[in-house]
Amino acid sequence: MKKAVVAVLSALALTTSIAEAKEWDKVRLAVDVPYEPFEYKAPDGTLTGFEIDLGNAVCAEMKVECEWVVQAWDGIIPGLLARKYDAIFSSMSINPERAEKVLFSEPYYNTPTGFFGPKDAGINPADPATVKGKIVGVQRGTIQDTYATENYKDIADIKRYTAGDDLVTDLQGGRLDMVVIDFPVGVSSILEQDGGDKYMALGDNVQLGEGVGVAARKRDKDLIEMFNAALATVKTNGVYDQINDKYFEYSIKK
Amino acid sequence: MYDTIEQFLSSNAIFTLPTLLGYWDGLVMTVQLVFLSLIIGFFLAVPLAIMRNSRNLLINRSVWLFTYIFRGTPLLVQLYIIYYGVAYIEGIQESMFWPIVREAFYPCLFAFVLNTAAYTTEIFRGAIAATPRGEIEAAKAYGMSYSQCMRRITLPSAFRRALPAYSNEVIFMLHASSIASVVTIVDLTGAARDVYAKYYAPFEAFSFVALIYLCLTFCLVFGFKTLEKRWHAHLRPLQS
Repeated sequence: MKKAVVAVLSALALTTSIAEAKEWDKVRLAVDVPYEPFEYKAPDGTLTGFEIDLGNAVCAEMKVECEWVVQAWDGIIPGLLARKYDAIFSSMSINPERAEKVLFSEPYYNTPTGFFGPKDAGINPADPATVKGKIVGVQRGTIQDTYATENYKDIADIKRYTAGDDLVTDLQGGRLDMVVIDFPVGVSSILEQDGGDKYMALGDNVQLGEGVGVAARKRDKDLIEMFNAALATVKTNGVYDQINDKYFEYSIKK
Repeated sequence: MYDTIEQFLSSNAIFTLPTLLGYWDGLVMTVQLVFLSLIIGFFLAVPLAIMRNSRNLLINRSVWLFTYIFRGTPLLVQLYIIYYGVAYIEGIQESMFWPIVREAFYPCLFAFVLNTAAYTTEIFRGAIAATPRGEIEAAKAYGMSYSQCMRRITLPSAFRRALPAYSNEVIFMLHASSIASVVTIVDLTGAARDVYAKYYAPFEAFSFVALIYLCLTFCLVFGFKTLEKRWHAHLRPLQS
């Protein structure tokens, strides 16, 4: 009896160790949509955007099959740790708090953070006196949230949103005086929408974080190495630049 | 006692003093929101329930339509419609109401009040309709008018009958209030979401808040038990 148990256990141990050392032939990538122009749904429902194109190009370079999984932002790291997908490819800025939970690749892009508000808001984000008493909107758990909390916590009322589109809706509804958001996202989701001429970028952009990287579970070092190699290739062989030019008038390469 | 609390706070990374203060602010917000919704909802529901029992078809049906709409759609959808819809009413941003509805609190309170009023109306309607005929006939025999009978006989006995069902509505309202966090109100659930986003610790953040909700529910259940003991004393079997 005992022997049988041991045999079964060792067989199990064997299969798990085989599973761990598996070759990556299929990788599930998590993405939070909409986050224009990085990832959003085209009118026919298919995923599109800068990161979707870049992700597909990287997967082609790694010669693996990639599947996109749509996941809300505030549960994206727990979902990774719970093995619902293998990597996050969703504009995740590299920062020390996140690096405690996940393993990051080399950064693949970096964009500035912008401040947007009504044209008559009269706010200069760099001057706390003009932000005093205003209502500032951010997406909860982003580096912009951290920035707003550090700089405006005591002088302004900070509203935290679960989704980026609710944030924009409340700006358009007149409930917010300013939003702190990734600059290209702000341009396409606020300034380039209907009635966007009522809003403008306030003050100068700031550079937060070390850039955006692919995030995977800490144990999957081999997967991150594959991503690093493939990213390095697409950055130099022109594929990256081609995708960049499709969505942006300037380079966001990092 | 104080030392052990201090030791606990310094021995873990998540439940620091600022975190606990965040939860406390959330608790205050939740209790405020639920208490106000229930009080206002209650005072709306009593006349509505009487109207709902009216023989006048127009009055009866219009109240029915209100309860049907608010019981027939999810509270989250009602909240979205009221919160986002109100900002798009023509001219509202220039009106005197804007400073009030600009805050998330009042649109949210408005949605909660209407929702709980609809459910409470139907609870009271049933209880009023179930008043024994004999009690009303006796009141009439004493020469009481309609309003006297309503005030002295029908409503007091209806409230007694409605109590168990109403206590459920109160507890549901407490739990339903957690959706206030989707429109930026930092209630208990909102505080938990903040902790979750800050430390990426969903289990700790939400288990702690679940415990607080459990304590609140326990207080409510205990309160209603006491009330039932008092008001339903006549229904209890005699102690031998």
